[in-house]
Amino acid sequence: MKITVNGTQHDIDVEPDMPLLWVLRDELGITGPKYGCGIAQCGACTVHINGEAVKSCQVAAEDIDGEVVTIEGLGTPDAMHAVQSAWVEHQVAQCGYCQSGQMMTAAAFVLETPAPTDDEIDEAMSSNLCRCGTYPRIRAAVKTAAKNLSEA
Amino acid sequence: MGKLKTIARRSFIIGSAAIVGGVAFGVYRYKTPYANPLLNDLSEGEAALTAYVKIDASGITLITPRADSGQGAYSVQAILIAEELDVELDQINVDPGMPDKAYYNTALGADGAPFAPTDDSFAANTTRTVMDSLMKFMGMQITGGSTTVPDSYEKLRAAGAVARETLKMAAAEKTGIAVSDLTTKAGKVITPDGTEIRYEDLAAIAATLKPVEDVTLRDPSTWRILGKQHQRFDTVAKSTGTQAYGIDFRREGMVHAMVRTNPRRGGEMISFDDTEAKAMRGVQKVLPITGGIAVVADNTWRAIQAANAVEIEWGTAPYPAEMDGHWQALSDSFNEDQQDSRQRDDGDVVAAMDGADVIEAEYRAPYLAHAPLEPISAVVEVSEGRVDVWTGTQIPRFVQTNVSKLTGVDFDDVHVHVLMMGGSFGHRLEDRVVKEAAEIAMQMPGVPVKLTYSREEDMAHNDTRQIAMARGRGTVKNGQVETMDLGIAMPSVVASQMGRQGLSLPGPDMQIVAGAWEQPLSIPNYRITGYRAPELAPISSWRSVGASTNGFFHDVFLDELIHAAGADQMEERLRLCWHVPSRKVLEKIAKMSNWGAPLAPNKGRGVGFCMSFGVAVAEVVEVTNTDDGIKLDKVWVAAEVGKVVDPNMFENMVQGGVNWALGHAIMSEITYSDGMTEQENFDTFESLRMYQSPNIEVAGLENGDHVRGMGEPMVPPAAAALSNAIFAATGQRIREMPMNKFIDFV
Repeated sequence: MKITVNGTQHDIDVEPDMPLLWVLRDELGITGPKYGCGIAQCGACTVHINGEAVKSCQVAAEDIDGEVVTIEGLGTPDAMHAVQSAWVEHQVAQCGYCQSGQMMTAAAFVLETPAPTDDEIDEAMSSNLCRCGTYPRIRAAVKTAAKNLSEA
Repeated sequence: MGKLKTIARRSFIIGSAAIVGGVAFGVYRYKTPYANPLLNDLSEGEAALTAYVKIDASGITLITPRADSGQGAYSVQAILIAEELDVELDQINVDPGMPDKAYYNTALGADGAPFAPTDDSFAANTTRTVMDSLMKFMGMQITGGSTTVPDSYEKLRAAGAVARETLKMAAAEKTGIAVSDLTTKAGKVITPDGTEIRYEDLAAIAATLKPVEDVTLRDPSTWRILGKQHQRFDTVAKSTGTQAYGIDFRREGMVHAMVRTNPRRGGEMISFDDTEAKAMRGVQKVLPITGGIAVVADNTWRAIQAANAVEIEWGTAPYPAEMDGHWQALSDSFNEDQQDSRQRDDGDVVAAMDGADVIEAEYRAPYLAHAPLEPISAVVEVSEGRVDVWTGTQIPRFVQTNVSKLTGVDFDDVHVHVLMMGGSFGHRLEDRVVKEAAEIAMQMPGVPVKLTYSREEDMAHNDTRQIAMARGRGTVKNGQVETMDLGIAMPSVVASQMGRQGLSLPGPDMQIVAGAWEQPLSIPNYRITGYRAPELAPISSWRSVGASTNGFFHDVFLDELIHAAGADQMEERLRLCWHVPSRKVLEKIAKMSNWGAPLAPNKGRGVGFCMSFGVAVAEVVEVTNTDDGIKLDKVWVAAEVGKVVDPNMFENMVQGGVNWALGHAIMSEITYSDGMTEQENFDTFESLRMYQSPNIEVAGLENGDHVRGMGEPMVPPAAAALSNAIFAATGQRIREMPMNKFIDFV
């Protein structure tokens, strides 16, 4: 079957029920999306499909119904997305393992909610776990990203 | 600065060595100012130089041997070297290097000595010195115990200074200008006429010179980098998904493995049926390993699916199958035969309680998983006479030793490549995953084998935080705390952990009473007794170790006594505290939180204090008792660390650690049933989420004489402050974690 990831089309030969997460990581070598739980509890595997944030561990290969964007497709070190710039500005990451997923959730959220309140941020971001507990900085970075995007 | 002035000559011998195209500077022997017979036996290998600064034509590389599990250790170590080397942080590369015993951790030994960190007596310091040497002899290149900063603080600056002065000597030789007329800046030696010579261009000459040994470390008032806020080396990579972790590591021709061993930890495998697994797509082999099986496949997911399809009959657990048995073992341990330590015994607690109204309470703390978000993994490749290991570990030297023993390959031919870790919290002080990967790789010579644990396997085989119980008895008199007698029972974490490395622990395990016995309080009758419970389920160091449970026990019981005395919680703690830097921490937290100001209805505040790892930390938690349960409003934290190396990293670390502590105190536990953990993943092992995270205000104080690490000490007081706040808001005293068994949280 064919899937498009970050603008590139790939031919993949996998079981229909192989989760997108493992297609990305082990078949295509795209390792920005992380494995943390496999049961949609941690959000470290979050990617966009047709612009919507989804947990890639829960999407079977046969159900991929649109263009996939991973953290690598959101922006690069030389050309960062507003969310990534905000993550750098606030130096959010400690171990950083959850942050790809956090940023993918945030990137979809700030497009829908250009001027989010704390409560809205908390609700949107609470499906992503951070074991290091960087939540105060994630909250601040989401606000900065939303502000910078809406002023852009 | 008298102490620092001669430090390079007195305590460190710093050498240089020629490397291909350049020079390496490093510490290659540790000496103490005390005569110490242990140091007479240094072998040749132990005197070998290991580099902290490598300079060649391609650039300047700082070697940062303490592992980075997210705490920013690489950046902190680089800041210390760069301050004296006169390089900018954007000019250098950072490399964790290969493990070597020259990187042994001296500060960790100091913390294992039976002296309170506030004890600066000769006896205490001498013992710490002996412990330091023991650490070196055991070759313990360990990242743990919040020791990265204390261990590195002078050593790495000295290494930077020696390299700088030797490079100036090289420039003098090259130009004929006297060293005293040369200056350094931004990776260059500068001559009086302004000519700049890059360090890289001096490396070859420097390699031929005897390095300068007598350097003076700079006065803190001149620091350019140390103490200032910087961008961490890994911030951009971790903000763009380009940071590679252990789990992302790949080698050409690599296969993927998943193991299953008895979820009744330490029990045997009776039989297995791999018929179905072997027929699954991508499965190459099902192999025996110690205590279980491994499935080797061409993809991580296929390996996990197939391993789960193996039908296995497991034997029973060597510890009680149900939690009742674990708690009973602890409860039965409060007796003289199992007394492990009584290092605090002031006044006469027995006489004081005779005939008095005695306040009594019992406390409990559960097993907890470390559960860093990155499941553990290791890649091992066994080839002819050589083994390579790629993994995120805090104990690379143990890994090297164990893989050497297992494979029969010479120690020096085992190459451990330490990779970035997606969290640890103590989890990667264990190396089971590497040993299992090595067992598989031995059966597939020449093939790189990557073993990745599923979350379920990781949680089932997590060597957890200790289970612990405490019993307090005390009295109050004339509005003051008069007697505090606290007994703590737990199995020995150190014995369990060291036992898995084939080492035994002589004497008492001070972790059984850590965070309690060494508190700087002058209660007239004050006794802290540790009781060693029998070994139960495997346990290991979990962020702040003994203090993670004992800080809660000690400070909630103190809160109960102060309440009974009718005194103000802050004022009475201040009255009891004799240690000046700790008093300043309490004074600071009172000021930050505006302690004593009137609160809105249904709100309550609690203070918690704990000195652990030598760091005095006070926290105030404010909660609201809402219709939906307890809501965390705000936390204030003040900590005495001697020196904040980077205020930005410090704040992030402290906020995260407070969230860590509060989240586990509220909702997390590992329980055993039928000998197996009942929690398999983050749906049942719950973890703090953003909507539960309070605002956290942090202050780092620099009043003390000792520089301390801040990876753990924010953890112990947090649960106590929360319990004390809930009591203030509701009148309900919570003496057991997780607290959501007793009260609802929003």
